[in-house]
Amino acid sequence: MIKVETLTKKYGATTAVDDITFTARAGRVTGFLGPNGAGKSTTLRIMVSLTPPTSGSATINGQRFSDLPNPGVEVGVLLDASAQHAGRTGREILAIAQRTMGLPSRRVDEMLDRVGLTESESHRRVRNYSLGMRQRLGIGTALIGDPGVLILDEPANGLDPGGIRWMRDLLRDFADGGGTVLLSSHLLHEIEVVADDIVVIGNGRIVAQGTKAELLHTAGTLVRAADLDRLARVLAGSGISARPSGDGALRTDVDPDVVGTIAFEGGVALTELRNAEGAGLEEMFLELTADTQREGAAA
Amino acid sequence: MSTIAVEHDRTTSPVRATPRRIPMSRVVSVELQKMFDTRSGFWLMASIVITSLMATGAVILWAPDNELTYSTFAAAIGFPMAVILPMIAILSVTSEWSQRSGLTTFTLVPHRGRVIGAKLVCAVSVGVVSMFVAMAVGALGNLLGTAITGTPRVWDASVTDLAYIVLGNVLGLLVGFMLGVLARNSAGAIVAYFVYSLVLPPLAGLLAATQGWFRDLQPWVDFNYAQTALFNGAMTGTDWSHLAVAGALWLVAPLAVGLTLVMRSEVK
Repeated sequence: MIKVETLTKKYGATTAVDDITFTARAGRVTGFLGPNGAGKSTTLRIMVSLTPPTSGSATINGQRFSDLPNPGVEVGVLLDASAQHAGRTGREILAIAQRTMGLPSRRVDEMLDRVGLTESESHRRVRNYSLGMRQRLGIGTALIGDPGVLILDEPANGLDPGGIRWMRDLLRDFADGGGTVLLSSHLLHEIEVVADDIVVIGNGRIVAQGTKAELLHTAGTLVRAADLDRLARVLAGSGISARPSGDGALRTDVDPDVVGTIAFEGGVALTELRNAEGAGLEEMFLELTADTQREGAAA
Repeated sequence: MSTIAVEHDRTTSPVRATPRRIPMSRVVSVELQKMFDTRSGFWLMASIVITSLMATGAVILWAPDNELTYSTFAAAIGFPMAVILPMIAILSVTSEWSQRSGLTTFTLVPHRGRVIGAKLVCAVSVGVVSMFVAMAVGALGNLLGTAITGTPRVWDASVTDLAYIVLGNVLGLLVGFMLGVLARNSAGAIVAYFVYSLVLPPLAGLLAATQGWFRDLQPWVDFNYAQTALFNGAMTGTDWSHLAVAGALWLVAPLAVGLTLVMRSEVK
């Protein structure tokens, strides 16, 4: 279990992480979701004692990371798959981790096998690895100590679709076996398909957290009609506020059956009426991203 | 959206045996392995032997017969050592930052003091062993060279002389280590080392030649100058004091600053 309590990190006048509190529980995959620059990586680095916090704390199974006697056998960490000495082979990198943790050397071969790196690939220097291969090697380094907790920063980056599926299954199995998984991503879909719990961070603050079911179901109704203006007027006439969502749709916080009844009585033909599952989270996430949308600003 | 706390069935991790603290000996042996297992590390180590052999060969080929003595061999081998050993010390520290492998290193051992301490032990050990290897190569060169030329064998370096030379080279290595810790960047630390070892001495010499006040001060504040007595093989009490004062200024103080920065800095 990972517990983050009132954690804050300031760089001069900038607050990168602003008083965040959340828990990643055992037996569950917790998705840490936020746009680039939201403070995800800083939070993860503080968790593993690479960055000192300004205030607050992060503990793993009740202990600060730096108090763990042999961290590798309790917490598997992958922060940046590219952060490896380019002149070492994949096998050598795993061997360093294996020796540091005091594990038998057969663990190196077991891990190569588990993350799908072949014998010949393992003898190649990491400089010649693709990003996907580096991610696999990083996962191998994280898993080699057979830890109960995994902390992964954007682990799906650079993986091909097959690799993403493999990663998803691996994390699912890990959590189903009682392990704690915390993984960060800036992609909503990636988190949605694997996470049980979601923590959304934007500009250093937590803007939403809960189980995936809760976050996705609190979204009300999505409704479409050929004559959208008329639908909006009819809804407004019944005292229901609706706002545009996506192209040619409205979203309200009331249930679908209420919207359907009002539209029928108002004589508006609907083209679509459904529970707006996930739309709330997506809109919120897009709003967050819009503030830091560098591509948009540059164009 | 509100913050919701949810309780789940499984909130505890499976029971595991309490792990034992990583012993310092293991941190040292892993760091030693890391000095050799990259291609650049391997060739750096190999270059100690290679340059010793080259220097020895050069003495046999080109030194006048009457200078074919052990101290000539020792001096010739000393030059490449004075360059290579500090590089080994620098790279052992800076590669963690320049190659970003520190992200893993300092996560597996989240006590930077232990890792840096292990690197120091390894660098000094490699330095001392290298010096012994170099001296052995020099001795073989002396045997071989005099056999070829038929000149008498002269063993004109005492154990004390050799110990001084080892100390001098270890001090140079420590300066490299200090610069590595201070700069945490391979290129920056290497440039700084060459400025320190090649640019500063002539400048200090110029200053001493033209400014009387500096002439008396130089042995106390110029670490390069203070070390020359070590290589000349005669250390008086005053020489030791010079070495200690200049060493505190150029080695101990900046190393303390560097270590403080390493402990506090972020690893990214």
